[in-house]
Amino acid sequence: MDVKTPPLDIAKLRQDFPVLHQKVAGKPLAYFDNAASAQKPQAVIDTLSHYYETTHSNVHRGVHQLSQKATDAFEEARKIVQQELNAAHPHEIIWTKGTTDSINLVASSLGQNQIKSGDEIIISALEHHSNIVPWQMLCQRTGATLRVIPISDEGEIDLQAYRELLSSRTKMVAVNHYSNALGLINPVEAIIEEAHKHGAWVLLDGAQSLPHRPVDVRALDADFYAFSGHKVFGPTGIGVLYGKESLLNELPPYQGGGEMIAEVSFEKTTYGELPHKFEAGTPHIAGAIGLGAAFQYLQQQDRPALARHEEELLAYATDALRRHFPRLKIYGDVPHKASVISFLLEDIHPYDAGAILDKLGVAIRTGHHCNQPLMQRFGISGTMRASFAFYNTTEEIDQFITALQRAEKMLS
Amino acid sequence: MESIAEKQADIVEEFAFLEDWMDKYEHLIELGKELPLIDEQYKKEDNLIKGCQSQVWLHAENDGEHVHYTADSDAILTKGIIALLIRVLDGHKPSEITQADMDFIDQIGLKEHLSPTRANGLVNMVKQMKYYALALQASESKTTSS
Repeated sequence: MDVKTPPLDIAKLRQDFPVLHQKVAGKPLAYFDNAASAQKPQAVIDTLSHYYETTHSNVHRGVHQLSQKATDAFEEARKIVQQELNAAHPHEIIWTKGTTDSINLVASSLGQNQIKSGDEIIISALEHHSNIVPWQMLCQRTGATLRVIPISDEGEIDLQAYRELLSSRTKMVAVNHYSNALGLINPVEAIIEEAHKHGAWVLLDGAQSLPHRPVDVRALDADFYAFSGHKVFGPTGIGVLYGKESLLNELPPYQGGGEMIAEVSFEKTTYGELPHKFEAGTPHIAGAIGLGAAFQYLQQQDRPALARHEEELLAYATDALRRHFPRLKIYGDVPHKASVISFLLEDIHPYDAGAILDKLGVAIRTGHHCNQPLMQRFGISGTMRASFAFYNTTEEIDQFITALQRAEKMLS
Repeated sequence: MESIAEKQADIVEEFAFLEDWMDKYEHLIELGKELPLIDEQYKKEDNLIKGCQSQVWLHAENDGEHVHYTADSDAILTKGIIALLIRVLDGHKPSEITQADMDFIDQIGLKEHLSPTRANGLVNMVKQMKYYALALQASESKTTSS
């Protein structure tokens, strides 16, 4: 007998996200800027206030009860993230401020003992500035060379060119899993496999993938995986660096201070064990616990159904845009991608359209999306980007299309 | 000629009739379209005020007494606001420009376009317009005192 899964009750799901139920300029809000930051379910908001109301104290080494409670909750959150990513150990989960901080941690620590003049770091032409600049700084410090994998006119990574860039000089390959500007899903399995053949490590920028699909770092065999809490429905200011235990042990600490030490004297300091070695100072305790709550919220949902709904939103919006706007060009126009549409309307400046959409209740992002080299590759200064989360609806897309028609008319 | 304050009051009155946001934006688009074209020679890197959303080119010159501005932008709404800024400050003495309080933008509800988060070059354009007047004022006082 066929057991049909019940259809997703979006209206009920939306009740979990209080921020969505407001008006902007007198119009219902249609929030399509999820790739920049996702909204928070009530469960996350409640967890944050509950923590501050009942549990807050500094973590680790406190002898009193509150410190123990806070430490337990904090370490429990680490285990939730470990399970979410299918990491082998909780201490492979390092709390950071976000993706940018995670990448800077790896680049900075690598620079201290692993990278020397003549070594090469490979990134792709699709990267967010946060996965370009830390590596450029590392190269400047060490004399290593930054190599860039070219992309096709649709933004796809050129795997053949990548293979040619790889050599015994390659020490690190850092690419995004899903592209923030275009929504493309990159062939990271192949990228990792090829890099490992050459003994290079791979860091994946996962900021845009986890909001859409669960990630299994062991199945991917990723050496490092970086992401931000606020894009996966968790708090701002908290992020994660996953690293394989053996590699994290090889890296020297990033920042010095409290929490990260074993013993300190003025002559010599010995560093703490993982994960504390990389967590100097009082961490963002509430943020970590809130991020744990965000993943628990996701784990309680029918995640394949959420993914299917996002695919439907993407297909619905892409089709509507194509039908209503003959002057439309979609960047990263490939069949399989995340629910992100980056586009331009001929002769219309994204800033103008974005400002008009805002007054019609529709929140999209305009500009270069922190991907200036990618925009240069396409010969444009920016795009309009609508990015959908599972709580968005086709009705909101209708509102967006109507608003965009209005903007097009005003600006033509 | 009207004072800077009078010109601002005129604009506030002009926008008072435009209650709906779309009417305000339609009006800005019209103003943007009517903005006299900047001489192509001034659309150079030196005159470019970069924003991450839209860009502004500003050229200023003086006739010995008054400052004259021409400007352009790649975005039409930005251009509409440029037209307002030029209408208010163009043709005034440097001392009047440096002291001008540009609160009309707030009063007509377009403050967000001059917010730094918009990154459209307009905040720096206002600064640049004033800097130019300030520089002129400084060189004038130097000439008078020598």
